[in-house]
Amino acid sequence: MSEPVIIRVSGLRKVYRAGQVDVQALRGVDLSINRGEFVSIVGPSGSGKSTLFHVVGGLTPPTSGSVEIDGVDLAKMGETGRTNMRKTKIGFVFQKYNLLPTLSAGDNIAIARHIAGKADNSDAWFLEALKLLGIERRLDHKPRAMSGGEQQRVAIARAIVTHPAILLADEPTGNLDTQNSQAVLALLRELNHKLGQTILMITHNPEAAAFADRIVSMRDGRIVN
Amino acid sequence: MLNKLVMENLKHRPVRTLLSVCAIAVEVTMILTQVGVSRGMLEDSQRRARGVGADVWVRPPNSSVLSFSSASMNEKLVEFFEKQAGVVLATGSVSHGIGGIEQITGIDLEKFSKMSGGFRYIAGGPFRNPDDILVDERYADIHKLSVGSKVKLVNREWNICGIIEPGKLARLLLPLPVVQEMAGATGRVSQIFVKVDQPANAQRVIDDLKQKLPDYKIYSIEEFTSLFSASNVPGLRAFNGVVITVSVLVGFLVVFLSMYTAVLERTREIGILKSLGASRGYVLSLMVRETFVLALIGTVIGILLTYGTRVLVNFYAGPSLTQVIVAEWWPIAAAIAIGGAILGTLYPAWKAVQQDALEALSYE
Ligand SMILES: Nc1ncnc2c1ncn2[C@@H]1O[C@H](COP(=O)(O)OP(=O)(O)OP(=O)(O)O)[C@@H](O)[C@H]1O
Ligand SMILES: [Mg+2]
Repeated sequence: MSEPVIIRVSGLRKVYRAGQVDVQALRGVDLSINRGEFVSIVGPSGSGKSTLFHVVGGLTPPTSGSVEIDGVDLAKMGETGRTNMRKTKIGFVFQKYNLLPTLSAGDNIAIARHIAGKADNSDAWFLEALKLLGIERRLDHKPRAMSGGEQQRVAIARAIVTHPAILLADEPTGNLDTQNSQAVLALLRELNHKLGQTILMITHNPEAAAFADRIVSMRDGRIVN
Repeated sequence: MLNKLVMENLKHRPVRTLLSVCAIAVEVTMILTQVGVSRGMLEDSQRRARGVGADVWVRPPNSSVLSFSSASMNEKLVEFFEKQAGVVLATGSVSHGIGGIEQITGIDLEKFSKMSGGFRYIAGGPFRNPDDILVDERYADIHKLSVGSKVKLVNREWNICGIIEPGKLARLLLPLPVVQEMAGATGRVSQIFVKVDQPANAQRVIDDLKQKLPDYKIYSIEEFTSLFSASNVPGLRAFNGVVITVSVLVGFLVVFLSMYTAVLERTREIGILKSLGASRGYVLSLMVRETFVLALIGTVIGILLTYGTRVLVNFYAGPSLTQVIVAEWWPIAAAIAIGGAILGTLYPAWKAVQQDALEALSYE
């Protein structure tokens, strides 16, 4: 292990322009996450959780401040640089699964590898992850033939298949019933324990948050602990 | 992997795929049919010109090869040609348009037979009565005629006395004086065919004739048939251009619309690909490949369809239209269709590439 800190966010601000008004979604966030940590972020609706997630994930540039991932500052990067970060260092899991509907589960996973330029599908780490996820037998199915829980497990597989430095999950259980939620959360914890995957998870649910090693609370675009 | 996504996307919207493929197929068929018909007609005219058996063709001053020339040469010229050194035979013919691009041709049957080696009669025989007409097999087949059938042409009823093998000058043949009278050209002919004693002497005879009759159009048979090309038919090249442009426009617009709606419909999917780190090039390549597949399948179907249009044209469009398959135009038509389709993809693809990943992901 080199540097233990894998994400270092400092003085992060994000202002959205909605028509005439500026919405201050993030008002100076400082946060660091160590390699191998499982952190959950909680907070009321509109507190800026998703915005933080989108900025850290390189989907949108910050207004000011810095975001360092694995030693690289993406705040100053252009679109191309952020695309590369998403490709190599970040895996996303969304509340709405976001699988490609025309591809089978297996191909949804394979295309993430293809985009990342990794050809072989047989590495031991990935096979173990598949086993953990319990979807080996469902790989030929199209997303619409799968339950929400299964789809979310495929989405998790897709997110980690490129060995990202960090897995970002925005309310991964938001659309799932209790049983499936428990399964997905247990799975995330297992990925974290067994494979050392760093995870940052947003949730509304205190029970879900408890699966993490550390809980960070947000309010009005700031971290309040 | 990318190709798999392309194929799955195409399968996902079979009607859209089918329509795009059809539009491109129609585009390709239109181009190839147009080319095939103009080529077929020219080849057919060439073959029939050669079938005359003449070494030299003489046409009136100010005529062009493929226009219907008026009968403006005095038939006395025929005798004049026959007297020239090296000439063994000369005969005139007169053509008379009978509506559309069909025409009837008057010949001196005896001399014409000598020059061309004689007609092969599939049924019947030469003219016997003043209302007798000879038709070629193709004309007879299309109009379901046999010897003894009556045909009505130019307000007169004709009796079919013989059906001849195609390939000699014309499809509808009448005695020379009959057509001269119909055309109001008594004593005049539209063209004169000259046969020389030895093919090697043809050029000398031509040079000699050109000196004596400087105003007349005098061609060797090679020269004459080589002039049968699209560029020598007034308007044909422009007409070809119009048909090809319209076809390309149709293909372009359909592909444009199809890809444009595909981009709108797949906003979210494009956002997902971007969240996975897909570059602009990756998204662009996805769309271009999809179009390429559509265009390629469309082209193949379009080429196959030309075999169908050939049957239709050759059997139902009348004997003066002939369509041939012009294989050397396949790659040209393919390039036009694929090029047009990819052009039609550029704007939708550009829109897809420009989409903000975050907005695309929140798109319902
Ligand atoms: N694209 C946008 N344009 C304008 N304002 C935005 C945009 N995205 C978010 N906001 C605003 O930024 C603030 C923070 O939103 P954010 O989505 O980060 O909250 P959240 O904590 O994820 O809420 P929730 O729990 O409901 O998901 C909100 O006031 C929201 O309206
Ligand atoms: Mg949110």
